[in-house]
Amino acid sequence: MTLGAPRVSTDNFAPGELVLNMGPQHPSTHGVLRIVLKLDGERVVDADCVIGYIHRGVEKLCENRDWTQIILLTDRIDYVAAATNNLGYVEAVEKLMQVEVPRRARYLRTVLAELQRIASHCLWLGTHAMDIGAMTVLLYAFREREFVLDLFEEFCGARLTYNSMRVGGLPLDIPPGWDDKVLSFCDLMEGKLNEYETLLTNNRIWLQRTRNVGVISGEEATSLGLCGPPLRGSGVSRDLRKDEPNAAYSEFDFDVPLGTHGDTYDRYLIRMDEFRESIRIIRQAVEGLPEGPVMGKVPRLLKPPAGETYHAIESPKGELGYFLVSDGKSTNPYRFRVRPPSFCNLQGLKRLVTGHLVADVVALIGTIDIVLGEVDR
Amino acid sequence: MVDTIIVPLLKIAVLINALLVSVTFLVLMERKVIAWAQSRLGPMRAGPYGILQALADPIKLILKEDITPAKADKYVFTLAPIMSLVPALVAFAVIPFGPDPFYYISDINVGLLFILSVTSIGVYGIILGGWASNSKYPLLASLRASAQLISYEIAVSMTLVSVILTAGTLSLVGIVEAQLESGIWFGFVQPVAFALVFIGGLAETNRVPFDLPEAETELTGGFHTEYSGMRFSLFFLAEYANIIVISAVVAILFLGGWLRPFPNVAALSFLDVVPAWIWFIGKIFVFLYVFIWLRATLPRYRYDQLMSLGWKLFIPIAIGNLVLTAIAKVAF
Repeated sequence: MTLGAPRVSTDNFAPGELVLNMGPQHPSTHGVLRIVLKLDGERVVDADCVIGYIHRGVEKLCENRDWTQIILLTDRIDYVAAATNNLGYVEAVEKLMQVEVPRRARYLRTVLAELQRIASHCLWLGTHAMDIGAMTVLLYAFREREFVLDLFEEFCGARLTYNSMRVGGLPLDIPPGWDDKVLSFCDLMEGKLNEYETLLTNNRIWLQRTRNVGVISGEEATSLGLCGPPLRGSGVSRDLRKDEPNAAYSEFDFDVPLGTHGDTYDRYLIRMDEFRESIRIIRQAVEGLPEGPVMGKVPRLLKPPAGETYHAIESPKGELGYFLVSDGKSTNPYRFRVRPPSFCNLQGLKRLVTGHLVADVVALIGTIDIVLGEVDR
Repeated sequence: MVDTIIVPLLKIAVLINALLVSVTFLVLMERKVIAWAQSRLGPMRAGPYGILQALADPIKLILKEDITPAKADKYVFTLAPIMSLVPALVAFAVIPFGPDPFYYISDINVGLLFILSVTSIGVYGIILGGWASNSKYPLLASLRASAQLISYEIAVSMTLVSVILTAGTLSLVGIVEAQLESGIWFGFVQPVAFALVFIGGLAETNRVPFDLPEAETELTGGFHTEYSGMRFSLFFLAEYANIIVISAVVAILFLGGWLRPFPNVAALSFLDVVPAWIWFIGKIFVFLYVFIWLRATLPRYRYDQLMSLGWKLFIPIAIGNLVLTAIAKVAF
């Protein structure tokens, strides 16, 4: 992980070794990731990720905006899971200000976050399968992602960067009939999941391409700081929705899928199960949606008391944390820092790809599910 | 004079033009079929239902700037796409579209061997193109192409020997006539060989799930990464022409070429209303469709997996099939 010259040793070449520059304009690096690979034939001997091609200085920018304006900047951090980023941030501010959020708002936030998880996983599934060569899955997954985007559009008017939450609750209540649409989407999605699985889960080629690729043990995954599905794929039960429940997760019944081998196939299965768990949570939340206001009592101009807080939630990609410092005087944060799951998971890529073939590199980039906007911020 | 030179030349001209036109429409068919598989519409803008897309694509490719990388080996870089396309077209010289000599350019007694050797030359185009580009992704792709060639070619050739044993001839016309005599398509006599040759054909034409030398998501287009304009479109034409060759060969060897279904059952003679060459082209289309269908469905093999598939599975099966065929031939 460097910003300067790549740390792949270019001297001491053995016969048959070469250095291959993959990205930042490679079709499978999910954005502008650059990986410098040292290859022996097609086998990866050494690898170094070069990041920073989409660095926009979001954190510094946020320190110069007031607490409400920041919400729309958090959309741009992980732009395929904008609602989750909104959620993490507003909850961190609420923690700092000790604001009580109405129960209905917490329920709706849970629905939005889980819909977002489905949308994000759809994108992961499509691109991951595409990298391995199964291109139809991409179109199928995007077809269902459109339905989620439609739901978001109806709720907040935007399809990608939602700006969908406010400190203290939600900007608006849901439009009439929206909850029924969410439920019918859940029914639809369940059938479509089986469709994806028909194409992949028992496909011999898919199995050969993902089994025993990028195997990582639970201890090693923990020590590398992996989070989210890559960590749970190795059998480590760490899901912040269960361990440190935010929003309304403590009121719902759901399981945390765990892998056993820690390979790419397990990480695939886990995410497929997470789709189903998300649907389960959405059903419970929408069916038990309490009546009441969606906005708590917050002052018009936010000025949290002096202090600092760290608040982490389970984003589709792993542990998304916000560290906020308020000086108690100004209307903008003194320090704004994101703990991005993609960035932390990308640290493991070198460990995962070493010893595998070039074809596996793209499979492994897909399996850790990175968004470069979040890595670079 | 007329019979030996002018008629064959006319036939060649008609065949090559028909082939190139059908390649452009095959590309359209591929885009349409994959689009339908993916619940899309595919090309819809050029002409009704996008039919004119088949003309728009080649025009666009011809008008593109033809770039030669500064450090490429210029002569080989130009030679490679030609070497890729010409063998694919030459292979059609021995493919019979119908029973009498009007329907084929020539019937040589080693027709099958001719096709095998000529199509193998086509792979040199890929290997040389990857090498001459002087770029790393094409280089890796040409290495893959060579590895792939060795892995599948042996198994396919070995399998073809068992077909030759069954037919007793290497001539493609002779093979179809042998199927007429025995009254059954060889696909039913030699199902294992049928499967192996078709899978080998997928590998030979670099199609999914064996599209390793192209592997857009890994090698950014593989051997043709550095190609553009007309030279790229020659590679493109070669790939699709090869698909048609393979489909034609499989149709001849295993589905009875121009024969109608159950060629010896007199009760079905009303099927003879359809001309022989239409039966043949229809069979080719079945295979073309399967090629496209597979592309829409399957992921890609890794190249070490293709090698182990070729060496550890296909070759033993091919040898076993050959031995069984020989025993059956001697016993009956």
